[in-house]
Amino acid sequence: MMRVTENIKSATTASHEPMTPLHQPLLHESGFKHVTGEAQYVDDIVVANALVAQVVTSPHGHAKIRRLDTARAKATPGVVAVFTHHDIPGENNVGPVIHDEPLFAVDTVLFMGQSIALVVAETYEACRAGVKAIELDFEVLPAITSIDQAIAADSWLSDPHTMQRGDAVKALTTAPMRLSGEVRTGGQDHFYLETHCTLALPEEGPSLKLLSSTQHPSEVQTIVAHVLGWGRHRIVVEVPRMGGGFGGKETQAAPYAAMAALAATTLNRPVKVWLNRDQDMMWTGKRHPFFSRFEVGFTAQGEVLALQAQLFSDGGFSTDLSRAILDRALFHCDNAYFLPHVKLIGRVAKTNLPSNTAFRGFGGPQGMAVIEEVMSRIAEKLGLEPAEVRRRNFYGEAPRNLTPYWQEVKDNRIHRVWSELLASSDYAARKAELEAANAKSTWLKRGIAITPVKFGISFTTGFLNQAGALVLIYSDGSVQLNHGGTEMGQGLHTKMLAIAAHELGISPARVRVMTTATDKVPNTSATAASSGSDLNGQAVKNACTTLRERLQPVAARLLGVPFESASHILFAGDKVFLDSRPELALPFHKVTDEAYLAQVSLSATGYYRTPDITYDRLTARGTPFHYFAYGAAVSEVEVSGLTGEYRLRRVDILHDVGASLVPTIDRGQIEGGFVQGLGWLTCEEVLFDDKGFCKTHSPDTYKIPAFGDAPGVFNVSLLENAAQDGVIHGSKAVGEPPLMLALSTVAAIRHAVGAFKPGREVSLSMPCTPEAILFATR
Amino acid sequence: MSSLRFNLNGTWVEETTLPPTTTLLRYLRDSKHLTGTKEGCAEGDCGACTVAVVENESTGAPVYRAVNSCLVLLPMLQGKHVVTVEALKTQTVHPAQEAMAKALGSQCGYCTPGIVMAMFEATYRKDLDAGWKLDDQLCGNLCRCTGYRPIRQAAEQVAGTCPVDSFSQALERSKPQSMALSYKTATQQFFTPTSFDELWAVLDMNADARFVIGGTDLSLEITKRFQLPSTLVSLEALPALKVLDETASGFRIGAAVTISELEAFSATRLPSLHRMVRYFGARQIKHRGTVGGNLCTASPIGDLAPALLSLGATAVLRSRQGERRLPLEAFFLAYRKTELRPKELLSAIEVPLLKRDARAVSYKVSKRRELDISTVSAGLYVETDAANVVTVARFAFGGMAATPKRAAGAEAAVVGQVWSAAVAERAALEIGRDFTPLGDHRGSAAYRGLVAANLIRGFFEETETTRQPALRAGHTGTVGERGSSESLRTNG
Repeated sequence: MMRVTENIKSATTASHEPMTPLHQPLLHESGFKHVTGEAQYVDDIVVANALVAQVVTSPHGHAKIRRLDTARAKATPGVVAVFTHHDIPGENNVGPVIHDEPLFAVDTVLFMGQSIALVVAETYEACRAGVKAIELDFEVLPAITSIDQAIAADSWLSDPHTMQRGDAVKALTTAPMRLSGEVRTGGQDHFYLETHCTLALPEEGPSLKLLSSTQHPSEVQTIVAHVLGWGRHRIVVEVPRMGGGFGGKETQAAPYAAMAALAATTLNRPVKVWLNRDQDMMWTGKRHPFFSRFEVGFTAQGEVLALQAQLFSDGGFSTDLSRAILDRALFHCDNAYFLPHVKLIGRVAKTNLPSNTAFRGFGGPQGMAVIEEVMSRIAEKLGLEPAEVRRRNFYGEAPRNLTPYWQEVKDNRIHRVWSELLASSDYAARKAELEAANAKSTWLKRGIAITPVKFGISFTTGFLNQAGALVLIYSDGSVQLNHGGTEMGQGLHTKMLAIAAHELGISPARVRVMTTATDKVPNTSATAASSGSDLNGQAVKNACTTLRERLQPVAARLLGVPFESASHILFAGDKVFLDSRPELALPFHKVTDEAYLAQVSLSATGYYRTPDITYDRLTARGTPFHYFAYGAAVSEVEVSGLTGEYRLRRVDILHDVGASLVPTIDRGQIEGGFVQGLGWLTCEEVLFDDKGFCKTHSPDTYKIPAFGDAPGVFNVSLLENAAQDGVIHGSKAVGEPPLMLALSTVAAIRHAVGAFKPGREVSLSMPCTPEAILFATR
Repeated sequence: MSSLRFNLNGTWVEETTLPPTTTLLRYLRDSKHLTGTKEGCAEGDCGACTVAVVENESTGAPVYRAVNSCLVLLPMLQGKHVVTVEALKTQTVHPAQEAMAKALGSQCGYCTPGIVMAMFEATYRKDLDAGWKLDDQLCGNLCRCTGYRPIRQAAEQVAGTCPVDSFSQALERSKPQSMALSYKTATQQFFTPTSFDELWAVLDMNADARFVIGGTDLSLEITKRFQLPSTLVSLEALPALKVLDETASGFRIGAAVTISELEAFSATRLPSLHRMVRYFGARQIKHRGTVGGNLCTASPIGDLAPALLSLGATAVLRSRQGERRLPLEAFFLAYRKTELRPKELLSAIEVPLLKRDARAVSYKVSKRRELDISTVSAGLYVETDAANVVTVARFAFGGMAATPKRAAGAEAAVVGQVWSAAVAERAALEIGRDFTPLGDHRGSAAYRGLVAANLIRGFFEETETTRQPALRAGHTGTVGERGSSESLRTNG
């Protein structure tokens, strides 16, 4: 592993190399494999005798299956088998939390794209011919294709869930100022560049190995076991790496993996199930669209007195993770703001659309979008500086430090982040300058805004906050590192490598991060909720600590140090030495070799669970989060009043990642998260027609940010001197929080839009497409 | 030649049994197990499958061109050299690879080989003389992880450096080879004639023949709808269709001229057209897409069409009987229907010289600035006399009707009038009567109508000081800014 500032040769030999790779600007662990094309993804793996498959799916949003005949399909040349629900030996269910999702539809289809059968053949051409030969007849039923229709039809996937503190209803009636409104945020396709793929390899026993592009190998293993009616021990799931995940491969890899498993074990041949781009976008779930209503009471100074809000999410046809996602939306309706009286009600709507799922932020962005709209509208209504209105409402000292779910906000860094960023971005001067420029320009107006992010870190389903690792030291001093997390590009393996090398005091070149596999670390949680490095990092550290403690007595004997002093033996720079006698150092490999000869175990597991998480969902009170991540962003935009097109001129971000484990990786997460959030809020628009057909099923019609959409100037800083107690090496989670920094761009567009019509209310819908912006300027 | 033959990473490969509709991407991955090249969308909209092909363009010397391997059919590579990501690492990694890895320009790595190949082309480009060309170079490659900042950093390091290495030497050694091909399998055939006589003969023998040049549109039938055209006839190797001429009376642009070639040609000669070409599509698409292909699909949007309509272009049609000419507006008959008769092809477009004081701009408004299909496109053109009275007006729009179409009412509202903001406003108000656009996922009917009218308003303002303005660096939106515009970055 190399550091950014050095060339290839010096990286392993330079004498000025720090003793530890931790907190250093490392390169991505797979970077050179990515750029050469050597890096292997599931679809790149070639195995002999493999079959391919195509899923037969529902052409209707809602229908009864009157007839399903596979005889002609089975007789199609090249077709080896066709599977339907009749062929499932175990349970026909792949619902990850609630068992409301069949692998193959039985008598009813609930969305366009629902799996009905699987055609397995020697080639894709034969598969497609087989799919065409399937005889299906439906009785089409009315389909619900929007939240509004679901509300009208009383169609739900959950009961209403309430989170409250104080008496919002009463406080609203006495508030001097009030505002009410609606906020809508749209869906978002994950658009990982690598679509869903699983390769199933039958093995003896029978047993099964699955190579799967999933963020949750343990759940794939569990669901496949249910479908096959097997014990989990007969299944190994491996994740070589993912070409992006973003939440889309947390639960939704499992059904397609189960199909591959079913076919491979039945036919005793390798089977690959791969979705092409259109299939992936039409069949799999996306970020939940939300529709929210709010009423806020506040003072003439813009201080919020009470907030009441109802949030409805579009869960799609099945529950998936929708309830936890809705909860996280409620958990983030406060963002960084103290709400003295608050009542939040959330409910998941059931529609005839693909089952919406996890997506970076997991409801948090949808909740934050509501309160940020509220803050913008309060400032606009009062004619106050929005940055000041936001600051006035920040969490502060007790009693202004209690969240709507009664967790105390401790170690609050938003004030520090805010004031440092306002200064470093030169916010006030730039704002004055651009407002003066706006007065002189007819068709082009600029806007600037700053918004905060406070994001709760931990799985809000408490038991998921655990992780394991398995570290193997070979007698030559080289190390294999296994941990429960998956690599989807976020740099988790790079961070784990740095931690292991640091703990064992060896160079990263001695450590190999192994493919994530369920036979190395069992019962893992999904790599999700920004928790990957927090949880797995502690587990890796614990495993390495165990091994170090076993090696210390061995080294003590070699060094002639009394056994009682063994705990003073240190590991650093590929050497092992007594703290007081660093000049008498042993090479690391000498100690491991001696340990082997001395019959000392050189492998160890590590385990970690997050302490102090207590949350009672029934009362909606407790401490669901281990800590909060903070950040803020300033966006400056220019909007064309002729076409509604806009340009993001400059973005300044200050983000709190604690003591960054690997600052280069964290910067990448911040920049990438911001631009992904930008896409959700501006150019990305998921559209279904009234029959439930996804009209935006490829990059032809679905537009994620492209090269020229990135900010013209992009200044990203990490908050300094920010080590966080109780987290691995003082770091903080970074995967999701930066996505919500993009709300600053929406606020900036509002500012620019307002300049086209001074004194009039701004009504800007999301996503802020050129069309939405142009109509808002009028 | 009756077999497929091209050079892959330095080795000549020959294929005799593969379907002629096999895409280069599938060939690389399935037949050659070169899996560094990825499928991200199979429609040329993401760039993950980008490879480099040596092309001999009208400019002369052979050059590396980044193309989407998902849209290139194997016969289109006849006699050509292809470089994939696997060939870039020689003794050491290629500078583009090193720059990307060290900038942390990859996270998940799936888009990375394609980005590296787009940067590979950029490394050997000698014409990277404007900042916008770097945006243009990379806008065909989507990345979902990085937010692009580190990719830009890496690109800036290597673009235009033109190192002397095995790749530049290979380029110098490369000699154009004949693309002539007559390839048949049991059910399909692909012909690449090199003369009109050969072409007419092929057409006489094959009633089912369909024309193709770059395949950026036709290949979607294969990769998206899984159709297998029985007989394809490539017009890519007909010299008469590659003409790019400037004469005393105007310009002649051959139908097989690529959008990239047109971009280079139009930069100084036809600034209005050049503005449309800038945002026409990604560089990979511009390298394969052609003038003839874009016009003959007769898409209602057809980016070149409104620009050319506004410039008073003439279509030159050719058949065995000879050439016939007609005004471009007469070429488009109905939705995706043209004036072309059986066994007739579009051979060229002629554009008259612009009057010195003519005002001309073309506009493209899309949901996303780059690599997107227009919501509304427009070519606007006004000629005035010494008294500033409008003598000719051509306001052509795409995305507003079933074909690219001129706005008769808006034009009539300005001809004979003194060109002024008030007169432009009258034209803008006519748009609602000239068109009844449809709404779709790109934009509502109301938005299309409003934008089309606003483009006329913007056109008046923008051409007040400069008659045929080029896009300035750092602009916002399709309508250029009047007056000065400082640039925060170089995304012209």
